[in-house]
Amino acid sequence: MSEPENIIVAKGLRKLYGRHVAVDGIDLTIRRGEIFGMLGPNGAGKTTTILMLLGLTEASEGSVSVAGFDPMRQPLDVKRHVGYLPDSVGFYDNLSARVNLRYTGRLAGIPHSQLDDRIDDALLRVRLLEVAGRKVGTFSHGMRRRLGLAEVMMKRADVAILDEPTSGLDPQATFEFLEMIRGLRSDNIAVLLSSHMLDQVQAVCDRVALFKSGKIALEGTVDELSQKVLGGGYNLEIEATGDDLPKLLAQVPGVQRVTHSGGGKYSLVAAHDIRNELGKAIFASGGMLMRLDHVEPSLDTVYRHYFEDYHGAA
Amino acid sequence: MARRSGSIWTGCGTVFLKEFADHLRSGRMRVLEWLVLLTGIGAIYTAIQDLKTTTSQDPFLFLRLFTDSHDPLPSFMAVLGFLIPLVAIGLGFDAINGEFNRRTMSRILAQPIYRDALLLGKFFAGIATIAVALTTLWLLIIGFGLLTLGIPPTSEEVMRGFAFLVVAIAYGGFWLAVAILCSVIFRAAATSALVSLGLWLLMSILWPLLSRFLTSAIFPTTPMSLLVGPSYQEIIVQQTLARLSPNTLFAESMMGLLHPSTRALGPVFMDQLQGAVMGNPLPLAQSLILVWPQVTSLIAGVIVLFVAAYIVFQRQEVRA
Ligand SMILES: Nc1ncnc2c1ncn2[C@@H]1O[C@H](COP(=O)(O)OP(=O)(O)OP(=O)(O)O)[C@@H](O)[C@H]1O
Ligand SMILES: [Mg+2]
Repeated sequence: MSEPENIIVAKGLRKLYGRHVAVDGIDLTIRRGEIFGMLGPNGAGKTTTILMLLGLTEASEGSVSVAGFDPMRQPLDVKRHVGYLPDSVGFYDNLSARVNLRYTGRLAGIPHSQLDDRIDDALLRVRLLEVAGRKVGTFSHGMRRRLGLAEVMMKRADVAILDEPTSGLDPQATFEFLEMIRGLRSDNIAVLLSSHMLDQVQAVCDRVALFKSGKIALEGTVDELSQKVLGGGYNLEIEATGDDLPKLLAQVPGVQRVTHSGGGKYSLVAAHDIRNELGKAIFASGGMLMRLDHVEPSLDTVYRHYFEDYHGAA
Repeated sequence: MARRSGSIWTGCGTVFLKEFADHLRSGRMRVLEWLVLLTGIGAIYTAIQDLKTTTSQDPFLFLRLFTDSHDPLPSFMAVLGFLIPLVAIGLGFDAINGEFNRRTMSRILAQPIYRDALLLGKFFAGIATIAVALTTLWLLIIGFGLLTLGIPPTSEEVMRGFAFLVVAIAYGGFWLAVAILCSVIFRAAATSALVSLGLWLLMSILWPLLSRFLTSAIFPTTPMSLLVGPSYQEIIVQQTLARLSPNTLFAESMMGLLHPSTRALGPVFMDQLQGAVMGNPLPLAQSLILVWPQVTSLIAGVIVLFVAAYIVFQRQEVRA
């Protein structure tokens, strides 16, 4: 079998729940060995899209190919090639971590002779090998997530689909988890993940898609997205005090957009470097300037600008 | 639905082994086993007290261990008819909704298996558990009988006992299918258990009364009927209604198998009795033919319930 470069191809994917349109015509292409991030507000249709890719929910319209198979017609072939970590992951509490993995491993059709080695290997990578014999009932939330990731690794699939893999993890655990996800890429596995944590997505994803009410509103690398949303402007972060600062800042020539990011902090998009002018304007109004930085565009800014515009327009 | 590739049996064995091991280990099963064992022994013990005083007249002494009752305790057969459904419901009421509530469903269904395999594996694991429990009980009774009665069962008694065991397992299968269907329909395990138990009470206690009541509503009492008794139609209607309950089917099969002198499971006409020696036992093959419709009805019921569970399950969203 020749290995297609595009491991997931979805065209015109739609899902209706009664009259409610959950996913409204999505085109998606994911290449072998890339990490693809899905972003978007709650209810935007990320999980529904994932379920359709897996064949766990029937698509109302459109076509999907995963590793060359159609999830509706050849669900077993698709599931053999995909590892899935659901957004709410549970295990059999009365069984040990190892026995839990052994069960899904057998269901996955992993040859008996390899199963225990693969389980050990996966548990080692998620640092759960020492507690492999403990009942999952005694595991913390983060340990369960890691066990879920171990299951995906054990399967040695071509695609790993992770639905909000880092939700509810502490910062250190999140960092480790992202490292593990990067580890998947080095195995030449395509990773599709959905998340609400933008800085993480930016840190780990090659490409991202912004979901909005069932559609993909934007797609590309973080740089491409910021080009599109922020117009390739000059990004500034400012921390200052003063009366009616947003209005004042907006009046400075060259300022395209002002967003309040809490406290005395604002982020600005400008046509060019206007740090001098800004400083002068703040001093002139009797305010105080604490900080004024030029920053690389972050996904966070892109996201907030995008959805602010969207809410503004709605 | 689109044609599917691959076998529905993929993964079925794995599910079966896991569920079977779970059942045998579970505290729930232990409680149910003790319940059956204690009530069973109570019933058997009193039967033995009676049998000891009337020993060696009956060629089917051993079978009477199962069927004799001694007030206030019911016979062992009646105890089983009442308790097997309880065990089956106990094993099946959270089969599917339990996976949803533990959030294991999406992980399991993301593996290369069909939903059929999960349902079938769980069903067969339940049946196997019931079979193990009933066989153990059966062997215990035979042993108990050997010790206290002091005579071995005849080969025909063993065969009849074995047929009884098979029917009892099928009866358990029916209630297991009811419980699994409820576990597919109701997301809360408590609701599923309540509905299954409600059906069980309806079938075992209320239905016999209801079927009589319904019949008398269809055939009102007239002076004529008071004189000559119920008409043939009336008896048939009453019997058909009663047989809608699996408990009736089970009780009738038990009658046919364990009381070898049972010649018919319905109204008997004089011409049918021609040439029959009253009270003489029927050969085993004849008894089997007699209860065949009852047993096949039970099995057909299991299949219908299972298909219903499959259809509902197939349409369910994976996320809870
Ligand atoms: N079983 C269902 N029946 C009806 N509507 C549903 C069902 N499941 C999901 N939806 C709807 O589909 C839409 C998309 O839901 P989905 O779970 O895909 O969102 P999401 O992007 O994953 O959100 P989140 O970030 O909260 O996880 C929502 O509006 C939701 O209400
Ligand atoms: Mg979601």
